[in-house]
Amino acid sequence: MYKILEKEVFSPIIKQFVIEAPKVAKSCKAGQFIILRINEEGERIPLTIADYDREKGTITIVFQEVGKSTTQLGQMEAGDTIKDFVGPLGEPSHIEKFDGPVVVVGGGVGVAPVHPIARSLKEAGNHVIGIIGARNGDLLFWEGKMREACSELLVTTDDGSYVRKGFVTDVLKEVIEKHGKENIPLVLAIGPQPMMRAVSNLTKEYDLKTIVSLNALMVDGTGMCGCCRVSVGGTTKFVCVDGPEFDAHAVDWLELGRRGGIFRQEEQQAMEHHQCKCGSGCGGAK
Amino acid sequence: MTDEKKPKKEIKPTKNPMPAQDPMERARNFNEVALGYSEATVIDEAKRCLQCKKEPCRQGCPVEVEIPSFIKLVAEGDFAGAIARIKNKNALPAVCGRVCPQEAQCEKYCTLGKKYEPVGIGRIERFCADWELAHGVKTPEVAPATGKKVAIVGSGPAGLTCAADLAKKGHKVTVFEALHVAGGVLMYGIPEFRLPKAVVQAEVQNLRNLGVEIDVNSVVGKFTTVDELMEDGGFDAVFIGTGAGLPYFMNIPGENSCGVYSANEFLTRTNLMKAYKFPDCDTPIKLGRKVAVLGGGNVAMDAARTALRLGAEESWIVYRRSHEELPARKEEAEHAEEEGVKFALLTSPVEIISNEDGWVTGMKCIKYELGEPDASGRRRPVAIEGSEYLMEVDTVVVAIGQGPNPLVPRTTKGLELTKKGNIVADPETGATSKPGVFAGGDVVTGAATVILAMGAGRTAANSIHEYLSNK
Repeated sequence: MYKILEKEVFSPIIKQFVIEAPKVAKSCKAGQFIILRINEEGERIPLTIADYDREKGTITIVFQEVGKSTTQLGQMEAGDTIKDFVGPLGEPSHIEKFDGPVVVVGGGVGVAPVHPIARSLKEAGNHVIGIIGARNGDLLFWEGKMREACSELLVTTDDGSYVRKGFVTDVLKEVIEKHGKENIPLVLAIGPQPMMRAVSNLTKEYDLKTIVSLNALMVDGTGMCGCCRVSVGGTTKFVCVDGPEFDAHAVDWLELGRRGGIFRQEEQQAMEHHQCKCGSGCGGAK
Repeated sequence: MTDEKKPKKEIKPTKNPMPAQDPMERARNFNEVALGYSEATVIDEAKRCLQCKKEPCRQGCPVEVEIPSFIKLVAEGDFAGAIARIKNKNALPAVCGRVCPQEAQCEKYCTLGKKYEPVGIGRIERFCADWELAHGVKTPEVAPATGKKVAIVGSGPAGLTCAADLAKKGHKVTVFEALHVAGGVLMYGIPEFRLPKAVVQAEVQNLRNLGVEIDVNSVVGKFTTVDELMEDGGFDAVFIGTGAGLPYFMNIPGENSCGVYSANEFLTRTNLMKAYKFPDCDTPIKLGRKVAVLGGGNVAMDAARTALRLGAEESWIVYRRSHEELPARKEEAEHAEEEGVKFALLTSPVEIISNEDGWVTGMKCIKYELGEPDASGRRRPVAIEGSEYLMEVDTVVVAIGQGPNPLVPRTTKGLELTKKGNIVADPETGATSKPGVFAGGDVVTGAATVILAMGAGRTAANSIHEYLSNK
């Protein structure tokens, strides 16, 4: 059993847990993920590691409630325990000292997984330009943490309710124009699929190397089932063991999007089943 | 002397049939198909055994279970004695009694089998194991602690057998399992209706009773490596039994369409994650009306039979050779057929067709005929030119085999591998190219049977014991 030590609520649907998981904390690196299972009936949920503390033996995860399982997870409190927690999984981010500023982009809940990568890149001696964005100011979190992890940080909101109006791609475009595409060795983007795809489309115009961290459907997360397969450059890759990071310009986004929606109906059904248990609109909390 | 000749024992020519659920009924539920012998039947079956001195049946058993002597005890009604005798050699009798291919092993060599049907050795073994599970399991004796520590990577049949043997010899054994439950393929692969998961967990509990520690949620190759286990973890030896957990695909166009599963995914969702209980269990599985399973092995049969139970209207085995060459056990193919699985033989898909939303709608297949025997001794399938046709299906399960999972081989320094990525290990000892590291089961041989993996686990346990004794 894995104990939730701290819980923080960033918005009604975005929450942060600090979880006691010493084995994972000891060896994890930026860019890797974990899989957790709430209880005996639970599904295996992959989540990218947002932070870790090797001394305290803790892993931080930030997640958005999108379906039954993440909603149920969000209803858990500090002191509760999670049945299973396994990791670190996937390949770590490739960290090196690049020649020129690197740009990391975090959209929505993607700000969390981008954070340790930005920090590692900065620790490796890079000038890290961070861009974070959310639909509105209320959904934005970790601005302070990101400011620390990056050399400079640019913030935007889709509706302009905080700092400025615009998508992360608008800001990215300005950054590319300002620094010159030939001077930026790498863009790394994590966020909802449409956002990553938009970043990919933009940087493709500039022929700018771009890495994205994919969130495919998974079961075991160790290369055993192939549920997470995605075509990258015409070759089938497993997100769980070959990724989760890939060259954005080689990813077959259409296929990825379709495969990600395979269980949409079932997800809806699970949510309804979950909510109807007590009939009081408790969302299954009772 | 001649007048003292014993009267000739009258022998029943056929095995006592295994009581089973009605095919049409069982095809729609996940309860175990074979129901097991009664006490009267098992004694009757045991009495068919000739008790030959040469014990030919034992040479067919990869773990050399003392077959005639346990059967003799069964015939005498001493079930406790019989199971104790079995467990001298076999740590997982309830599993083996269910999933071993006895017809190719012990029963193949049964003397009775030369003239009649062989003794139902597997069925008798299963009875004894189930009898013990129902009457309380006795933990075998454990030798005094040696102070040596052994890490077992993977808790499938090879790892569990190796762990049990080493624990009995007094070594401190820790098993590392990547998934959230121990058992490996016995949990994620073999379906509930063939091997109830409660039976597997009862056997795993027996191991814990021996003092074996089982660390689930522990992916060796990720949170630690084999080298670290030996250098920092204080382990004196390591056994790698990580199995064949890398699904092969056909590499044909359309294989990443929605509705195409690997058999591993299809079975893992259903068995390990209990998708058949969705939405009471959270993991879903989505199935169309007509399912095609590609391949003809036991895993393919399991997938095709699972598809029926999940509610498919039609479940098809699509295999490029003929019925005779099906690699599956005869019994499995028969069970599948009885339940209504259909066979498209001498057929193989060349492309998977999907609709505009990316969902499977059919397969472009080509017909085959059998040519000359190939290296495997089976007649080689040859594609018939111009025979392409469309097979309408909406779910495809690819069950054409698995390779070794690369996580451990790739992260272990100095481990010799084959071209396919299997670990090279001495079949006599299980020793790898790396001192102190042993391996066995599917990660060495490629996908094979539970009992062969158990045999390899046993062999390695003996060598590890010897290695530790000389260390």
